Amino acid sequence: MIKVSPKIKRILVPIISIIAGFLVGAIIMLIWNYNPIQAYSSMFASALGNMNGIGETIREASPLIFTAIGFAIASKAGFFNIGLPGQAQAGWLTSIWIVLAYPNMPKIILLPLAIIVGTIAGALVAGVAGYLRAQFGTNEVITTIMLNYIVLYTCQYLMQQVMSPNLRIDTDTTKNISSNGSLKINWLTNMFGGSRINAGIFLALVAIIIYWFLMKKTTMGFEIKSVGANPFASRYAGMSSKKNIILSMLLSGSFAGLGGVVQGLGTYQNYFTQTTSLDIGWDGLSVALLGGSTTIGILLAAILFSILKIGGLGMQTIAGIPYEIVSIVIAAIIFFVAISYVIGLLFKTKDKKNNYQQPQRKERGPNNGIDGSNIEVGKKGQI
Amino acid sequence: MNIVTTLALIVSSTFVYSAPLILTALGGVYSENSGIVNIGLEGIMTMGAFSSIVFNLTFASTFGKATPWIGALVGGICGLTFSLLHAVATINFHANHVISGTVLNLMAPPLGVFLIKAIYDKGQTENITQNFGYFTIPGLANIPIIGPIFFKNTSAPAWCAILISILLWWVLYKTRFGLRLRSCGENPQAADTMGIHVYAMRYAGILISGFMGGLGGAVFAEAISGNFSVSTIVGQGFMALAAVIFGKWNPLGAMWASLFFGFAQSLSIIGNQLPLISKIPSVYMQIAPYVITVVVLVLFFGKSVAPAADGVNYIKSK
Amino acid sequence: MEKETKNIIEMRHIVKDFNGFKANNNINLTLQKGEILALLGENGAGKSTLMRILSGLLEPTAGEIYVRGKKVDIKDPTVAKNLGIGMVHQHFMLMESFTVLENIILGHESTKGPILDLKKAAKQVSALAKRYGLTLDLNARVADITVAQQQKVEILKVLYRGADILIFDEPTAVLTPQEVTEFIKILKGLAKEGKSIILITHKLEEIKEAADRVIVIRAGKSVGTFDVAAVSDDRLAELMVGRHVNMTLTKPQVKAGKEILNVKDLHVKDNRGIMAVKGLSFAIHAGEILGLAGIDGNGQDELVEAITGLRHVTSGSVIINNKDMTNQKVRKITEAGVAHIPADRQKYGLILQFPLADNLALQTYYRPPLSKHAIINHKAIHEHAEKLIKQFDIRTTSATLLASDLSGGNQQKAIIARELDLKSDLIIAFQPTRGLDVGAIEYIHKQLLAQRSAGKAILLISYELDEIMQLSDRIVVLHDGQASGEVKPEETSNKELGLLMTGAKTEGTNHD
Repeated sequence: MIKVSPKIKRILVPIISIIAGFLVGAIIMLIWNYNPIQAYSSMFASALGNMNGIGETIREASPLIFTAIGFAIASKAGFFNIGLPGQAQAGWLTSIWIVLAYPNMPKIILLPLAIIVGTIAGALVAGVAGYLRAQFGTNEVITTIMLNYIVLYTCQYLMQQVMSPNLRIDTDTTKNISSNGSLKINWLTNMFGGSRINAGIFLALVAIIIYWFLMKKTTMGFEIKSVGANPFASRYAGMSSKKNIILSMLLSGSFAGLGGVVQGLGTYQNYFTQTTSLDIGWDGLSVALLGGSTTIGILLAAILFSILKIGGLGMQTIAGIPYEIVSIVIAAIIFFVAISYVIGLLFKTKDKKNNYQQPQRKERGPNNGIDGSNIEVGKKGQI
Repeated sequence: MNIVTTLALIVSSTFVYSAPLILTALGGVYSENSGIVNIGLEGIMTMGAFSSIVFNLTFASTFGKATPWIGALVGGICGLTFSLLHAVATINFHANHVISGTVLNLMAPPLGVFLIKAIYDKGQTENITQNFGYFTIPGLANIPIIGPIFFKNTSAPAWCAILISILLWWVLYKTRFGLRLRSCGENPQAADTMGIHVYAMRYAGILISGFMGGLGGAVFAEAISGNFSVSTIVGQGFMALAAVIFGKWNPLGAMWASLFFGFAQSLSIIGNQLPLISKIPSVYMQIAPYVITVVVLVLFFGKSVAPAADGVNYIKSK
Repeated sequence: MEKETKNIIEMRHIVKDFNGFKANNNINLTLQKGEILALLGENGAGKSTLMRILSGLLEPTAGEIYVRGKKVDIKDPTVAKNLGIGMVHQHFMLMESFTVLENIILGHESTKGPILDLKKAAKQVSALAKRYGLTLDLNARVADITVAQQQKVEILKVLYRGADILIFDEPTAVLTPQEVTEFIKILKGLAKEGKSIILITHKLEEIKEAADRVIVIRAGKSVGTFDVAAVSDDRLAELMVGRHVNMTLTKPQVKAGKEILNVKDLHVKDNRGIMAVKGLSFAIHAGEILGLAGIDGNGQDELVEAITGLRHVTSGSVIINNKDMTNQKVRKITEAGVAHIPADRQKYGLILQFPLADNLALQTYYRPPLSKHAIINHKAIHEHAEKLIKQFDIRTTSATLLASDLSGGNQQKAIIARELDLKSDLIIAFQPTRGLDVGAIEYIHKQLLAQRSAGKAILLISYELDEIMQLSDRIVVLHDGQASGEVKPEETSNKELGLLMTGAKTEGTNHD
């Protein structure tokens, strides 16, 4: 057993998870006669080996940072926002729609307007779950899952039945947006070898700073963290649980919605019908989990997963290895993060000696979903 | 179209779409009653669908008409194996149930497609030649009106699923195993003091859900989609989870809920063949199961329906 | 009979080490057939740990256990069950949604093949219940029966498993004085039938009444075993605490001042929507401690939550400092002059994952000097914490230590520091000494009396009658959401309080 400080341990656990995840990928490739070394080297080479690759990697990371912050805020408040895909999708469709509807509005008005509308759309979708949770105590894991599908089919319907045919190429794809509503920046695109990198990354960096400030420096962040850590004690201390539940879900949905906005106004420049819930939602969730919901963690994890996803495309073309191995590696990493308890057992923390043996209290996880806590000891949660 | 043929069309397509939901939801009921949340049903179904299709394509010539049935069992076993991940993570390694379940959902589609690419060198499989098709129950089909509606050209997996629901209801509420399983979902600490092996019971709960979910995915693939691709299972598992809740964590309740969701799903697909329904935008039918689940959850809050749900939600009481 | 066989249980040199902390340190214990052995010790002395070892829930680090003269390895509860050892836990181990019968047979079911045979089980359980005088409705849901009945379920559960060695962990904590008397009768009946009993307790009078012998444990070590008849209460108390304790408090004369809290005809519903407080009225004045006695679950939680704004008041009013505060927000009520020391410090009082400093700021973080324009001043929070740590003598290595790393007594001190620092006129203390050792209890009692001397009004809710009797100026007894009587501590007895707690109204004490 290796002795480390708790701080080092917090860094080591995700690193070991990443290594273990890559190993799982390597084993699967070996079983099916692919060369993992070739796979991983071509992956990193194509993601980081040229300016276009780097640009694409950064581009890919931008929405993930947003959705990860969305997940992180909710989880700080004790909620498992699994509805990031739906919230992002709502942000994407609405922002594109606004720009398509007012293509000639000056950029200085149109772009902020589209961003704000998309943000609000994401916030509203999450807000439904937050409201139901606050008002009726409805479990948000279930409502956000259900909302993903409600949004998925509603967007399909809006796109095919409600949107004016003038704004579409066909029933599944909209026209491209005008440059007045686009996040594209020409010099940036040129700098990164014509990649789709856009102003989204700057917005994402600003978002990270806002997230840090909110959580560390404001009473709002203090309340959100308190409610998440112990809703009972927070209420006893006069914080409004209802207000904080709704607020944190609105914030969470806003960031997720922004992820969709950046994806739409930045990456794709249009909207097209989705058949499954949005990737950036699930990837954002993974990013936040790997990054432990910290600012640096989210940034690094978003970059890592973007390298995997962009590099994976190169790997598929260069080495002929199915792209799906990327998603398998990501899922495996999150699996190891989920069982970090076991990974933590490898290390002994040098902690201060407590002079007193605290009775073991089985904490409920942030949300063990519909069954509630799996272990509750005694009546009324007494020990 | 006369009324009997219309009803027969509705009933048979409802059955076809319900069967996978019933089977998977039953699995969810067992997992949840043992105290493990399983939102990984979607991923488990995907693995069931994948393995049954591969089996079906490989052995159709060997087993002929029995292929889809054996394929379903293969799907169940594959689902069970896959669910071991969730069991180990949540039971032995203290993982958060929702995160661990999400891992299953994240893992299954790429794993399935990767293997398909590795085996067939393309992103989706051929269509299977031996599928479940339609089935007429001899004897019962001859009953006037009821026969043609329920028993003629109907879905055999659906009738099996209904029978299994009754069996699993009986096991959960009438046997020693069921009592012990439920006690682990209710108060594992207390169950432990009474010498019940909580880990073993919870393993049983998850593995049953893995088997049933795999079965459900296999039935979906071999009766509805006919092949496997990344978008074979999209939301079926979550709909089954919804059925677990709508059915109040009871096997029979989950069965009725699944039948209802299957009905809604089939209406969104066959709706245009029906005079009244064709005017309603299909989006309403598509989102119905999800909206209903949320509504049900809101309405039932406060009544203790979930195993040991007590205390999850904290709201100011009035 | 030979001496070896007389000892049905012998625990020799038991050590239990939790990461360097020795909860049990070389304890010896013998239990004889048919006797009631009391296990006396303070909270945290290691009584429960020792018994959890005996019932197979914990494995000892070192030591040997002999049952009926044979060395055994009790590695899990099943082994204990097969040895005839059964434990009734302090916090009942019951399935609330199951029936009484299902709870009793769980893990030991009679079956036909795999199928439950409830009829046969019901017959067996009924016979047992009759024999030991434990009447119960077997088909009732456990969630619907009283605590005393739940205890009977626990006892039947143990008996049904064929136990002849019964361990009771603080069994009377939840019972009224009358129920305690009945319980001791059951206990003696069990011993008469040849059952051997270990009774874990920290209540001296129960030991005197029920037990044959007593073993005293202090800080994980056994201090000695005595015949109950041959040892005095004072001696036992001294052995338990390790120094001479003077349990009588000196209560200075304080003249009651103006009215601080007035509760009028209060009606409050519980979580299930059933009326839990039914027309309660009382007032508390400055410089006065009002003790609220009653059995757990008679509306105490709902009353406190209603006064502090945590629960909706259906009708009636809560007047604080002459201002109507009925159904106001929690924070508004706090600011109107209410400090609240909640019943469950770890659940309601603290955020265990937060540093001590943040916990101490929990009531004041939102206003200057701790924050300004919604921006938190971490330096001010730290200074505020340092001040309180010093003032209230909270034993901690630093203000950044997590609340979970503090001892129970220091956790409670932290809450008291935070709440008293509000300088509120009304202090609500709900079970302020639950689970604490004698030193911490003394400290808290002194703090409360000091607040009383400083002219604060104090509402003390406790299930420990001794605490109520010692501290209160007046006692209101709560039964079924109503005041079943109001008495003065110097004019009443435990017996009278016990009667009132069960709802028997005494003449002339009706409170309006």
